[in-house]
Amino acid sequence: MGYPHPSHPKETVLLSKYFGDPGARTYAGWIERGGYEGLRKALAMPRAEVIEMVKQSGLRGRGGAGFPTGLKWSFMPKDEGKPHYLVCNADESEPGTFKDRELLRWTPHAVIEGCAIAAYSIQAQTIYIYIRGEFTEPWRIMTKAVEEAYAHGALGADAFGSGTRIDVVLHRGAGAYICGEETAMMNSIEGKRGNPRIKPPFPAQAGVFGMPTTINNVETLSAVPHILTRGAEWYKGLSLSSPKSTGTKLFSVCGHVQRPGNYEVTMGTPMRDLIFDMAGGMRPGRTLKALIPGGSSVPIMTAAEVEGCALDYEGIVAKGSMLGSGGVIVMDDSTDMVRTIWRYTRFYAHESCAQCTQCREGTAWTTKVLERILSGRGKQEDLQLLLDLADNMTGKTICVLSDSCAAPVVSGIQKFREEFDAYIAGARRPVLAAV
Amino acid sequence: MSHAAAQGDGTVTSHEKIFTGERRAQLEALFAKYPTRQACLLPALWMVQEARGWISEPAMAEVGEVLGVTPAFVRGVVTFYTMYHTHPVGRHFIQVCTTSPCGLCGAEETMQAILRESGCGELGATSPDGRFTAIEVECLGACGFATPILVDDDFIEGVTPERVPGILAAYK
Ligand SMILES: Cc1cc2nc3c(=O)[nH]c(=O)nc-3n(C[C@H](O)[C@H](O)[C@H](O)COP(=O)(O)O)c2cc1C
Ligand code: SF4
Ligand code: FES
Repeated sequence: MGYPHPSHPKETVLLSKYFGDPGARTYAGWIERGGYEGLRKALAMPRAEVIEMVKQSGLRGRGGAGFPTGLKWSFMPKDEGKPHYLVCNADESEPGTFKDRELLRWTPHAVIEGCAIAAYSIQAQTIYIYIRGEFTEPWRIMTKAVEEAYAHGALGADAFGSGTRIDVVLHRGAGAYICGEETAMMNSIEGKRGNPRIKPPFPAQAGVFGMPTTINNVETLSAVPHILTRGAEWYKGLSLSSPKSTGTKLFSVCGHVQRPGNYEVTMGTPMRDLIFDMAGGMRPGRTLKALIPGGSSVPIMTAAEVEGCALDYEGIVAKGSMLGSGGVIVMDDSTDMVRTIWRYTRFYAHESCAQCTQCREGTAWTTKVLERILSGRGKQEDLQLLLDLADNMTGKTICVLSDSCAAPVVSGIQKFREEFDAYIAGARRPVLAAV
Repeated sequence: MSHAAAQGDGTVTSHEKIFTGERRAQLEALFAKYPTRQACLLPALWMVQEARGWISEPAMAEVGEVLGVTPAFVRGVVTFYTMYHTHPVGRHFIQVCTTSPCGLCGAEETMQAILRESGCGELGATSPDGRFTAIEVECLGACGFATPILVDDDFIEGVTPERVPGILAAYK
């Protein structure tokens, strides 16, 4: 299948196999497609073995940071009697990223199954799936799927007759990008403002409601059932390059390509194949200028850097950026880089939770200076001012939203300086009104 | 039961209790899903907005009373999240994504068409007939389907200026 386009021959469809197939949404449909085998298998295994299997698979978090999933699970305390929680991060709001939405709306039972396996192995009885408020359709589909999973005994006091209690609670967000940050999400679940918390303590020690908590992304958890059914070695083998990047990854491709959409590839696939084959390349007469490979929070890459870049954690770092969430934003030669970067900083200024001075002030000032440049009143010193601001915003705050705002600015000035200069020199017509 | 209370703007409105009967029972069913009552704050606020269209000061006070937190705490939470309305809005609420990825694909033109065709005129305004309020929002998590918009709870993908009149016609 594939959605919105049929699967491309260069894809390896594991998580996205049933995108576009409404039959996979029902419990019966999911069972017909081999669903819930992974959970049954896990429930019959010692917990430590399930964690070991996920460790061996090499699976790393798909929410942005790429932390090894099995290792994260192993941090959870054992047998100390406190309630444990699993949080599934379905807040997907990173500009350029729209993969979790497809997982939630086409394969809701894969998400539930992955959650249940994780919950079992970390001894969590309650799973909170935090779905961003704007995801109205995924919410309806997930609500129905959870009801069905209870009705068929996959969830509840005695999941599949194993004697293990697994409950799923859907929690609806209400519009705040920052709630995707793990500790902000915990505050939001507790009924508070979504301010990130200072770490330590880490969630595995004191997370939601002060109890040991593991938080994973929707895509990370959706990969888990496959590891259980087909084995860690098999999953690990799905890689063309680094042993540190294993399995498949969904890349959301948007912007100036002919076929925007989600494409699932084995780690190590050439970035060029994703952009020019799967996503159809540029529109007629246009050429690639730049792209952002991992959601708006990572540095911009030039067209030259795309050449020879492997799609995996290390391959993208080698080219000066990061895999992040896998949201690939493509910009062709018609793109005004300064204006585009300004619109990102405005996003971060709007979404800052305003706890940290460097972030609250830095995101706002960066946006204002860019507005000055775009309105034709920029000064040559403004570029240094932007870099100084960025320096002050990096590595100094409670969470990395602040660093994320600096990333496109710094990489933009490094790689597309002549466009900034053109506005400042008056060689380019202002695109914003003077304020 | 109802009581009079002062609004933020000084006007006094009477507040018809929200958490009675069926809705109260729904909220109490939620209590079982969380270890604290406070954790039901976001769901309770969604229930208020669903019932009344927006969240007034007296409604915040009522929520605080039911969940055992102060009205000020409730207000702090309500104002943190952009989807909760602290003022009445039009019968249909339109949210348009204009973040960069959609911006690259014509989101601003779509937004202008929506402001024009809905009669809202400017961002955040309600059309004179009370039918629509339109705002621009940050990334809706559907960047490959530019431009996505939300009209109430309807998520609509691939909206172009040409499609706007047809889409809005369905909302009376
Ligand atoms: C500002 C900010 C926003 C984030 N938004 C998301 C998000 O929308 N979805 C997500 O899964 N992770 C998001 N993250 C990462 C989470 O904090 C966390 O690392 C992740 O959910 C862990 O899951 P994983 O290990 O499975 O990747 C965000 C982080 C930051 C700093
Ligand atoms: S860096 Fe920004 S978003 Fe993160 S906690 Fe500080 S103020 Fe809030
Ligand atoms: S940027 Fe518009 S939906 Fe993501």
